[in-house]
Amino acid sequence: MESALIGWSRAQFAMTAAYHWLFVPLTLGLGLIMAVMETLYVTKKDEFWKKTAKFWQKIFGINFAVGIATGIILEFEFGTNWSNYSWFVGDIFGAPLAIEGIFAFFMEATFMAVMYFGWKKVSKGFHLASTWLTASGAAISALWILVANSWMQHPVGMEFNPDTVRNEMVDFWAVVTNPVAVSKFFHAVTCGWEVGGVFVVGISCWYLLKKREVRFARKSILVGSLVGIIGTFAVMFTGDSSAVHVARYQPMKLAAVEGLENGGPRAGFSFIPGVEVPGMLSILATHDIDGIVPGINDILNGYTDNEGNVIPSAGEKMEKGDIALAAFQDYRRLRDTDPEAAAQAKAVLDENIEYFGYGYIDSPEELIPPTGILFWAFRLMIGFGSICLLVMVIALYLERKNRIEGKNWLYHTALASIPLIYLAGQFGWMTAEVGRQPWTIQDLLPLKAAVSSIDHTAVITTFVIFAAVFLFFLIIEIKILAKAIRKGPGIDETLNQ
Amino acid sequence: MITYEFLQQYWWFLIALLGGLLVFLLFVQGGNAQIFSLGRSEAEQKLIINSTGRKWEFTFTTLVTFGGAFFASFPLFYSTSFGGAYWVWVLILLTFVLQAVSYEFQHRSDNPVTVKWFRRFLVANGLLAPFLIGAAVSTFFTGSDFTVSKDAMGTITPIISEWGNSWHGLEALADFRNWIFGFMVLFLSQTLGILYMLNNIDDAEFSAKLRIRLRSTALCFVVFFLGTAFFILTAEGFACGNGGVITLEKYKYLHNFLQMPAVAALFLIGVVLVLAGIAEGIFCEKCWRKAIWPAGIGTVLTVIALFLTAGYNGTAYYPSSTDLQSSLTIANSSSSLFTLKTMATVSLIIPFVLAYIVIAWRAIDRKSITREELEENEEKY
Repeated sequence: MESALIGWSRAQFAMTAAYHWLFVPLTLGLGLIMAVMETLYVTKKDEFWKKTAKFWQKIFGINFAVGIATGIILEFEFGTNWSNYSWFVGDIFGAPLAIEGIFAFFMEATFMAVMYFGWKKVSKGFHLASTWLTASGAAISALWILVANSWMQHPVGMEFNPDTVRNEMVDFWAVVTNPVAVSKFFHAVTCGWEVGGVFVVGISCWYLLKKREVRFARKSILVGSLVGIIGTFAVMFTGDSSAVHVARYQPMKLAAVEGLENGGPRAGFSFIPGVEVPGMLSILATHDIDGIVPGINDILNGYTDNEGNVIPSAGEKMEKGDIALAAFQDYRRLRDTDPEAAAQAKAVLDENIEYFGYGYIDSPEELIPPTGILFWAFRLMIGFGSICLLVMVIALYLERKNRIEGKNWLYHTALASIPLIYLAGQFGWMTAEVGRQPWTIQDLLPLKAAVSSIDHTAVITTFVIFAAVFLFFLIIEIKILAKAIRKGPGIDETLNQ
Repeated sequence: MITYEFLQQYWWFLIALLGGLLVFLLFVQGGNAQIFSLGRSEAEQKLIINSTGRKWEFTFTTLVTFGGAFFASFPLFYSTSFGGAYWVWVLILLTFVLQAVSYEFQHRSDNPVTVKWFRRFLVANGLLAPFLIGAAVSTFFTGSDFTVSKDAMGTITPIISEWGNSWHGLEALADFRNWIFGFMVLFLSQTLGILYMLNNIDDAEFSAKLRIRLRSTALCFVVFFLGTAFFILTAEGFACGNGGVITLEKYKYLHNFLQMPAVAALFLIGVVLVLAGIAEGIFCEKCWRKAIWPAGIGTVLTVIALFLTAGYNGTAYYPSSTDLQSSLTIANSSSSLFTLKTMATVSLIIPFVLAYIVIAWRAIDRKSITREELEENEEKY
């Protein structure tokens, strides 16, 4: 398969996914924040909270449309650009996508309309339930797409069927409760809470800077920072379990993220090149200072893992992959004419099926993802996320101590932290996805065996079209958001002070 | 006893149901297409956008779920058609993506030129999406240029589904039957759009205008519908015989209707309901406001019947005109027994989903939209 086609197909998917993730976390975080605010309105019967919730719902609505518009592109691209993938693993991968549509999208679409247009058409209780259901719909949607994504990182619950030439699901619950999916779901959703918190605190600080909507801004900082701080601690907790999973199921990704050429026990963690804490990587990856963390060379040459299993070298895996592919061809050729020989071929295939994907790999070097990008993406994710946590903690502390007014340095910092938290999210996904290369599905299906057969110029054309559309949307989106924010909630400052 | 064959048929029925709901919900696109031709003033354009526009997420979600359900239950169709008819799907996708943001953006923008452009995007979606979806579904009866070779997975650079030409789906436009099908869906969407607005907008002057437009739009729909029905009933179809061998069979789809009387009845009831809805909208002075319901239900039933005749009774629903044996049937393209069974359990929630949609829809549509509401309310498009 030509490399240009693979490159452009990857670029198109990466661009769409990265762009989609600009909108999704705010939907997740702001959804929770506006639901909390509306609950305060209903329980306290205070019009102030109604107007506050309505303002953030307006922002939510502007952001939401682009989020779902770009989500559908991803769904289509699995078919348009990754046709082989769609058949080879569609039996497993399609199910979460369909469930996402049935369970989550209809919930979001139905109750979003009630939330947005229904203030004067339905009761308070119905409206509040609709707001919570809209926010929940977004989280449920995240659950199913992350189940699908996690399966790509750590495929479980399936068997290869050489008659249908695909992997088939044999254990639905293994797919849903995949440990990678559990931590990834909570990691992504609570990352959304952090984004929502940072966004609300940043925008509220802008109002304080302009000495406008003071009560609205302070109360929004209170709710936003609480949600954001809780979210960030949850992100840290789930990030820890994610690291353990990566070490266990995708050791090459971890080695590349750390730029670790030769690993072993008591592996050190570099905050930046040259600043290393001995043993820390072993603790992070295995929760044991003596835990073995294999480096890139160990993985290519073979090593013994923490459970004492001997992991074959890349060369051995490729040999077994070649055997699996040849056995598969034999089985397909013989199954109608010579059942006995076909059964033998099937036995060889079953014996080597674990390494089937390696049959498509040309050289061990292909198995190394780009280390430089991963090293920095991971660190920038953590660094930017930590700065944002600090800003929210300070904002919350000053607000509770009634000392937040007049703190221009905080207002500017909080505003500047909005792009930082978006970048943190982008770097997080970059770590997860670039680190899986060259696989679309870890150890099972490399890019070259997953891509559609289209002329690469067609993919370049659609890449350019999508890039232009995305840029256009982003410009308009930012303009409209800025206009809505400039206009403000228009809350009477004397209302229920 | 739940057999593999039963589950394949069950899932094809669900695909047909989702397809039917999707075509009904294309009334949103029908409204979009007529923003400028029906809405002569800003107030009228706002009425159209706020009437059908408030339901755009349902159409969009149904499209996504339709795609997801196809992926989960018939992944070989997903990989073959999406990866092959690349340009058709990308065009459909683009028009829906532009539509998704245009409602919000045209409402929030101050610049009249920008507002007009976003409304043009809505019109483009209203015209192109129903036509292209119709043309794409038409290929279920007319065939497409592809081959499928699962053995290819054993090679170093595997290509399972290969499209036969570089037009990647656009070549379907060389077949006039796909045009007729596309135009039928286009005018159906506009007819349904008008009927929905008659139900949803409380404005005597505008309603009178809608009812006049309904005559010409519905006439165009009926003409193209008759053309489509003629070509399907007289077409040579793609029959799947013993051992999955595909052959051409004269009048295959007519035979399907005759051999599946329940499907034929579904089709006839659907057509009668659509025509009754149109007649109510045009002629009934007391009931024109409710004409969308028989027409909408009729649309769903008719589309279900068309899908069932395309896939049931030993028929290849996605035929290959290049290599008959590469044609996709519900048997050779479906997911495994385990996945279909799991998804069948999941599908039990669909009635619950439909129920809450009906409740929320009724709550929002209880009061019809008026010009006054749009002037006073902040929550609008």
